[in-house]
Amino acid sequence: MSVTLVGKHEKDSRANRDAYVSAMLEMMETDDKICHVDCDLMNCIATKKLLKAHPDRTFNAGIAEANAVGLSAGLASTGMNVFVHSFGIFASRRVFDQAFLSVGYSEWPVHIVGSDPGVSAAFNGGTHMPFEDCGLYMNVPNFVIVDPCDYVQLYSLTKKLAYCGSPSYMRMVRKGIVKVYDDGSDFEIGKGYQIREGGDVTLIASGILVDEALKAGEALEAKGISARIIDLPTWKPLDEEIILKAAEETGAIVTCENHQVATGLGSAIANLLAQKKPTPMEFIGVQNRFGQVGPADFLFDEYNLRAKDICGAVDKVLERKAK
Amino acid sequence: MDKKQKMHELRIFAAEVRLETLKVIKARGFGHVGGSMSLADAMAVLYGDVMNVDPKNPTWPDRDEFVLSKGHGGPVMYATLGLKGYYPIEEAYTLNQPHTKFPSHTDHLTTPGVELTTGSLGQGISEAVGAALGKKVQKLGGRVYVAVGDGECDEGQVWEAAEFAAHYKLDNLTCIVDVNGMQLDGPTDEIMGQGKGLAAKFDAFGWKVFEVEKGNEVEPIWDALQEALKVKDAPTAIVLHTHKGLGATFAEVSMEHSSQPSPEKWAEAIEASEKQLSDVRNEKV
Repeated sequence: MSVTLVGKHEKDSRANRDAYVSAMLEMMETDDKICHVDCDLMNCIATKKLLKAHPDRTFNAGIAEANAVGLSAGLASTGMNVFVHSFGIFASRRVFDQAFLSVGYSEWPVHIVGSDPGVSAAFNGGTHMPFEDCGLYMNVPNFVIVDPCDYVQLYSLTKKLAYCGSPSYMRMVRKGIVKVYDDGSDFEIGKGYQIREGGDVTLIASGILVDEALKAGEALEAKGISARIIDLPTWKPLDEEIILKAAEETGAIVTCENHQVATGLGSAIANLLAQKKPTPMEFIGVQNRFGQVGPADFLFDEYNLRAKDICGAVDKVLERKAK
Repeated sequence: MDKKQKMHELRIFAAEVRLETLKVIKARGFGHVGGSMSLADAMAVLYGDVMNVDPKNPTWPDRDEFVLSKGHGGPVMYATLGLKGYYPIEEAYTLNQPHTKFPSHTDHLTTPGVELTTGSLGQGISEAVGAALGKKVQKLGGRVYVAVGDGECDEGQVWEAAEFAAHYKLDNLTCIVDVNGMQLDGPTDEIMGQGKGLAAKFDAFGWKVFEVEKGNEVEPIWDALQEALKVKDAPTAIVLHTHKGLGATFAEVSMEHSSQPSPEKWAEAIEASEKQLSDVRNEKV
């Protein structure tokens, strides 16, 4: 395995967005086709650094997201390798038709980055809290969808997306979050990572729920329950092999996501398992509710995204497994 | 070649484009006749003379590119590209048949010579803006031409694209605005007015605008496109006042958005279009 788990539940000293900016700066140095398009949010994700270093390939499209995505497709048609950013709500809901037709249907490998996913929108509130962003992109046949869990994974996957040849949507938490992996860890698109061994149940998590799953794994161990944990940064295409193996070997699955369950990771996994390996499942995530304003801590509690909620779901799924 | 001779050839090409546009749509029996026919003369001028393209080398990086943002005008593009030699024109008579290379709205993945996929109005102009920007960034030659409809200009995205193109001084971008005065539900003035008019709007957005009252005559279109080539530091808009359905006997008066005439009406239209072509060919220059 080319990844090294830290898993101490300690916050990374670096802002998460700097992982994206670092990866982009490095790529822009060596590849003159890489460019960044932003929508008047450069100050939010520190992409002014890109503008300063590469003014010829960093574009501010203003508060006009539909055009930003459309022109990104046009740039890609001339051979440019384009990343385009806005807040997750705009980078999904507001531009969905442009992303679908100008990018996806047209098969231009444009990379759309949506910041402040789910509860990480915190003080911007319900208007700015995407619980449905990935769900929208799940409908576009050729999109790759990733929800990185920390700085190191975001850095690595940004570089992988640039050369994956497909259109993509990536979620990006802006601020400093828990460091899950050690620096230098290298991730692949479409691959899940088993970060804890276990035989009784499997927790499959992505994004900022990975650390909650790790905490849940420790709490379960104290109760004598052996939980396997899989970090699944890529929602599409799914790593079917690691999921089916976990279903076969542990016989119970709990999915954990910072997103609506109905259109998200849990549903995608349920869809796979219903066809290939029916398995008792429980779902941690947002259950058909809108977002709201408040600190992230409050929102984690409010939407039942905590390790204790995961442990509760494990109790329920193990009851069904026993039957 | 002197200009008179050139204009005569472009008039012939426009008449050929009209006839083939009708034949392409007639093969399926129904389609977007109106908005295809209004643009026939501009297409003839662009592909017949102004644009620097090579059907034998369609992805040449320094080529001029054309984007049909009003993607429902697909048939006039298929007629033009077929006559230009991108494929045998008969292939386009498979319009909207299963597995055809010629779908209702233009698709770059299916049709040789189509640069960018359109059909959701407003998106093609953004794509064209991106293509023009991409040419600038990579110091490629060639210009990008894009055609939008007047009804399409209801879309907010057109104006997002317009402000970007002006802000980034995309003087390698020219937008043909096909003002045929009609949209699906009726006259554009009645459905959604355009304030002081589309020429004034593009001007207000920082574009250099050329208004052509006789937008179905090749010479003033050609003249305006030559003027556009001289503009520096701003995108150019050629606002063409056209007639929806011009040259299709069944659509010319109704100015309808889509047509499904009877076989007799089709025969009448084809005959009239063939006569038109023959008359233009026989003009004394």
